[in-house]
Amino acid sequence: MLSNKIEIKNLYKIFGPNPSSLIEKVNNGVGKDELLEEYRHVLGLNKINLNIADHSLQVIMGLSGSGKSTLIRHINRLIEPTSGEMIVDGQDVLRLSQKELLEFRKNKTAMVFQKFALLPHKTVLENVSFGLFIKQVDQGEAEKKSMHWIDRVGLLGYEHRYPQQLSGGMQQRVGLARALANDPDILLMDEAFSALDPLIRKDMQDILLELQLELKKTVVFITHDLDEALKLGDSIAILKDGSMDQEGNAVDILLDPKTEYVKKFVEDVNRSRVLKAKNIMQDSSKISKELLAGQTMKVKSEDVIEKFIDKVVIEKPNLLEVTDKNGLSIGYLTSERLSQILKK
Amino acid sequence: MAKETNFLTEFPTLPVELIRAFKKTTDASYKAFSREYGDYIESFFNPLLKFLVFWEKLLVSTPWPVIIGIVCAFAFYGTRSYKIVIGIIISFFFVGYMGMWGDMMESMGFIIVATIMAIAFGIPLGIWMAKSNRAQAIITPILDFMQTLPPFVYLIPVVMLLGIGKIPGLISVIVYAIPPMIRLTNLGIREVDHEILEAADSFGATPWQKLTQVQFPLALPTIFAGVNQTIMMALAMVIIASMIGVKGLGQEVLRAITNQYFTLGMLNGLAIVILAIVFDRISQAYGKRIQKHRSGDAI
Repeated sequence: MLSNKIEIKNLYKIFGPNPSSLIEKVNNGVGKDELLEEYRHVLGLNKINLNIADHSLQVIMGLSGSGKSTLIRHINRLIEPTSGEMIVDGQDVLRLSQKELLEFRKNKTAMVFQKFALLPHKTVLENVSFGLFIKQVDQGEAEKKSMHWIDRVGLLGYEHRYPQQLSGGMQQRVGLARALANDPDILLMDEAFSALDPLIRKDMQDILLELQLELKKTVVFITHDLDEALKLGDSIAILKDGSMDQEGNAVDILLDPKTEYVKKFVEDVNRSRVLKAKNIMQDSSKISKELLAGQTMKVKSEDVIEKFIDKVVIEKPNLLEVTDKNGLSIGYLTSERLSQILKK
Repeated sequence: MAKETNFLTEFPTLPVELIRAFKKTTDASYKAFSREYGDYIESFFNPLLKFLVFWEKLLVSTPWPVIIGIVCAFAFYGTRSYKIVIGIIISFFFVGYMGMWGDMMESMGFIIVATIMAIAFGIPLGIWMAKSNRAQAIITPILDFMQTLPPFVYLIPVVMLLGIGKIPGLISVIVYAIPPMIRLTNLGIREVDHEILEAADSFGATPWQKLTQVQFPLALPTIFAGVNQTIMMALAMVIIASMIGVKGLGQEVLRAITNQYFTLGMLNGLAIVILAIVFDRISQAYGKRIQKHRSGDAI
């Protein structure tokens, strides 16, 4: 079992002149609308509990106004909570002194922003080394590190350009390189790809996944796009009106939505593009002996349904055998189950 | 009946004796204050006087071709435009041929010193104002007051305190010209994009790092607009300041007014206009250069 990098415990955020007096009311079931109507306070976060495993990519999803951007800003305390705990590596971030907090931000976290938030008066290289400059790392070393990351995000040759001379996608690569150059344990990405065109967004998602495979950071990724959440997230938390609606991995959420809100989200997702064979396979013990004795069609565990559905339609096998990358059988999938899943 | 009409048409005032007493005591105590401390205050401003005299002497004693060369170099570096450089040469030669070179240099030195002082005080005040809402709430009405009070009115206490001369002139010019510097520094810093500040915060920047690395550089174009405004206002004030003993072009204009010398007034007025255009073009060009990297053009 992986250890938890971040533990969020009973976190509340109420915006307004006198927030702490209203926590009890919220606890007793006063909702967001009522709080605004009667008490003129905005409910930002309502009793959030969430554990984020070390080296995992945690997606936090919700529509605008659901509190997701507020939540991510509590991790590095850009926003002060009304009450609760934010434990990172066993230490409550909310109890840090101002000086300790600056050290924490310098060393533990780095953030990527929706609108990039690059410094327009600094070149790409200066932007990427901004975090290192703040840490007062020796300039030569900072430049070497920054150039490495500029190279990794594919911007070599652009290091002396200014952000405004780059396209949106390139600017966000600078944002990503700036965060990674700091070598943080935790990468906070606030709708980092939401402002990009679909194609470029896909590129950036691939870059992130590729880097994550190698770097194994703890990534907290905010998005309002379920497809993005399903593609990236090791686990997904769905927020609604400041409350946690459902939490789990992509398959849980897709196959077993717990609330109407999540169901609505999941409705339009093309399951055959998201679900992989390994996500929906069953253990051989659950398959009848006759089926196991018959002919099977082999599919790779990492393939999404879309990849092998054509072959299934043509060959009409009764049973699919799911194999790992070495060709060994690791599970089975009946055609009945497959069609059920595709029917929703 | 008659009494009531009086009441409505004549505004009820304090008794005349009371007003007279109020004016008398205020003036007397200010005079006493100025007799008591005038010398201290004058010696306090001595370094400023030396600084001003240094600049005036420098500009007056430097050979004119050198001055034209330096101004043209500044203009060319800022604007990259030959037209402006040629314009400056022609107009400076005109001023020189008309025998106003020395006066113009004196005015130029005066403007430079006033601008330097306005920047030196205006920028820190503007930053303070941007950082603290309370400071803004206190300073804004003071600036409003300074900008709407007729300049002639605040010449009076300055002259009472320091007499007639360069320093009271300089102080009144600075007081008149500093508000846009403070206001635009404040505005520039407050206008910096919230998300960029958040980014700086997220990397653990200290307030000082945020100010020097993010806020101030991003506010610079606006601050430069303030510098430009300050220079223009200082030029406008130069004529009024000549009434209390500031030499240069303004004094000639004053002489023209009192003696009804139309041509003298026009010529010196023209020289002030030339000075204003030169300062304006150069300072605006530098402001634009600072912004260039934001436009997306190749540099």
